[in-house]
Amino acid sequence: MNKALKNAGGASVDGRLLLSMHRTMLRIRHFEETIRRLAASGAVPGLVHLCAGQEATNVGIIAALEDRDFIASHHRGHGHCIAKGAPVEGLMAEILGKASGMCGGRSGSMHVIDMERGNLGTNGIVGGGIPLAAGAALAARARGSDDVCVCFFGDGALNQGLLHECMNMAAIWKLAVVFVCENNGYGEFTAIDDVTAGPSLPGRGEVFGIPSEMIDGMDVQAVYAAARKAVDYARAGHGPSFIICNTWRFGGHHVGDKQEYKDDEETRAWRLRDPLLRSAKALSAAGIVSEEAIAQMEQDAISEMAALADGVRNGSEPAAQTLLEHVYG
Amino acid sequence: MDESRLMNFRDAVLEALFLEMRADPNVILVGEDVGAAGGVFKQTQGLFDEFGDRRVIDTPISEPGAFGMAIGAAMSGMRPVFEVMFGDFMTLCMDQLVNQAAKVRYMSNGAARVPLVLRTTMGTGANLGPQHSQGFYAWAAHTPGLKVVIPSNAADAGGLMRAAIRDDDPVLFFEDRLLYNSSCEIASGLPIVPIGSARIVREGRDVTIIAIGRMVAFAQEAADRLAKDGVDVEIVDPRTILPLDEATIVGSVKKTHRAIVVDGAPRAYGVTGEIAATIMEQAFDWLDAPVMRIAAVNAPVPVSRSLEPLVRPDANTIENAVRAAIA
Repeated sequence: MNKALKNAGGASVDGRLLLSMHRTMLRIRHFEETIRRLAASGAVPGLVHLCAGQEATNVGIIAALEDRDFIASHHRGHGHCIAKGAPVEGLMAEILGKASGMCGGRSGSMHVIDMERGNLGTNGIVGGGIPLAAGAALAARARGSDDVCVCFFGDGALNQGLLHECMNMAAIWKLAVVFVCENNGYGEFTAIDDVTAGPSLPGRGEVFGIPSEMIDGMDVQAVYAAARKAVDYARAGHGPSFIICNTWRFGGHHVGDKQEYKDDEETRAWRLRDPLLRSAKALSAAGIVSEEAIAQMEQDAISEMAALADGVRNGSEPAAQTLLEHVYG
Repeated sequence: MDESRLMNFRDAVLEALFLEMRADPNVILVGEDVGAAGGVFKQTQGLFDEFGDRRVIDTPISEPGAFGMAIGAAMSGMRPVFEVMFGDFMTLCMDQLVNQAAKVRYMSNGAARVPLVLRTTMGTGANLGPQHSQGFYAWAAHTPGLKVVIPSNAADAGGLMRAAIRDDDPVLFFEDRLLYNSSCEIASGLPIVPIGSARIVREGRDVTIIAIGRMVAFAQEAADRLAKDGVDVEIVDPRTILPLDEATIVGSVKKTHRAIVVDGAPRAYGVTGEIAATIMEQAFDWLDAPVMRIAAVNAPVPVSRSLEPLVRPDANTIENAVRAAIA
């Protein structure tokens, strides 16, 4: 179980860690599939954005963090919540706006905050989480702590001024921040190439003197290796890093998006790069676990999530008298 | 018995910062030129020398990002005082203020909090023009989750700053620059002034003036003149507009039966309308005259030395309004 694995990109991780990351990715995939079904049946209030396809970036980055470290997520953030340890039943109930949800039904999918696990929240404002994570790093510096903070954002946030402001400040103050762009190719319905100038995305970090790299975000081992390096660098007090994970969202911008702006050929090619297929293959090729055991892991994830759906859907709505609670302390 | 001291507004707020930063290592000060430079209005002098660059943090001119970072710092355990040099620049922070800071506690069902003070200057009277004179407190007070403080004198400024730093919710603290050199006697120890309590500045029988910030001084000047003619004015200073101490305001109006609300920011959709409506709802049967509103004109603030004073109310406009109200 402990043998080190080598993948094509040269990244290697411990076999037990790969198995654990694979299991978390499976849980995220089938959590999202359950949410998709619930949304299609009308059980989810408002908009919901799924991260199926992007599991390797969620899991590979967070696997390099300690429990005490912070993350800030974005509107496609269920996977980050789960990878950081959120209870899936509470998260599912929150997305359905139920009383038993992690935030009492106030936040829904896009504003889940989980302070107990250092999750500063999914966020309805594109780029909105970036300064929150950088600010947690500023607080760590003021306290003399070596906590590390990860900001997740999509390619849509690459053109928000907030990102560049926070990169500048993180660099001048050597804050323990890892900027992680999950580049899934589209900001809502618009392709990245149509709205993003310049020859180099890593260049956007390099101008601030921030070590920056672009990696295969469909390969959890490559993501983990990049994260390990960036997190260690931050924790040692050297400052921020910037990782661009090229990935793909298997669904649309939100559940119900017909995705007419996507090219079928491109979609087929990315489907073949499914991060779960890749890590399953690596696990069985290295003899970490059998193909049967991997299939059983997937069945377990499907059963775990499917078993929750009915109970959550039939759960209580928040009571009317809670409406005004927690506006102020 | 401890002696009181004469202290000006600027020094009272500065002393509040010293006291709270000494009392709690989680209090940090973040802003432009707040550190070694000591503040462009000399309002943070000495803090950098005592607390160092980890707690007194000079930012680039980068308000949206820096303010967003102050929110993240607050969520993760600090008590930042974030300084926006001119209130006009608060617009650059509005997304972080309204969509993040104000809502974090609610969105997290009470699990997260943002104990943060946004401190900023405002006010007409220095010919600073359309982009350096505005007071956006009415904008802020339209956002549930925020608290909004507008001190009118040195003692309240120091005491309210102490309360704001200790508060577990985001507090906006508006300082009129033309009050910075105004002094008053302050009790030893700089007593904390609770957020949400109005002050009866002057007791009277004939009419209540509810005045915001620097307008309190103009109201006092008008009241002194009116007293010579036997008109007895009561002045209420709300001190914080969110939460608003409705009981003190309504109680005063029930006693005097007349109310005039005075504000130095534009009248439309502003603080005077909110307070006037509150009086109508809670004291209509006690009123002998319609509630009057006096506020700044609905126009930007011009630079011209002759035009700028016409923008906002002063002692004359208040005096005239009182005479009309009691006629």
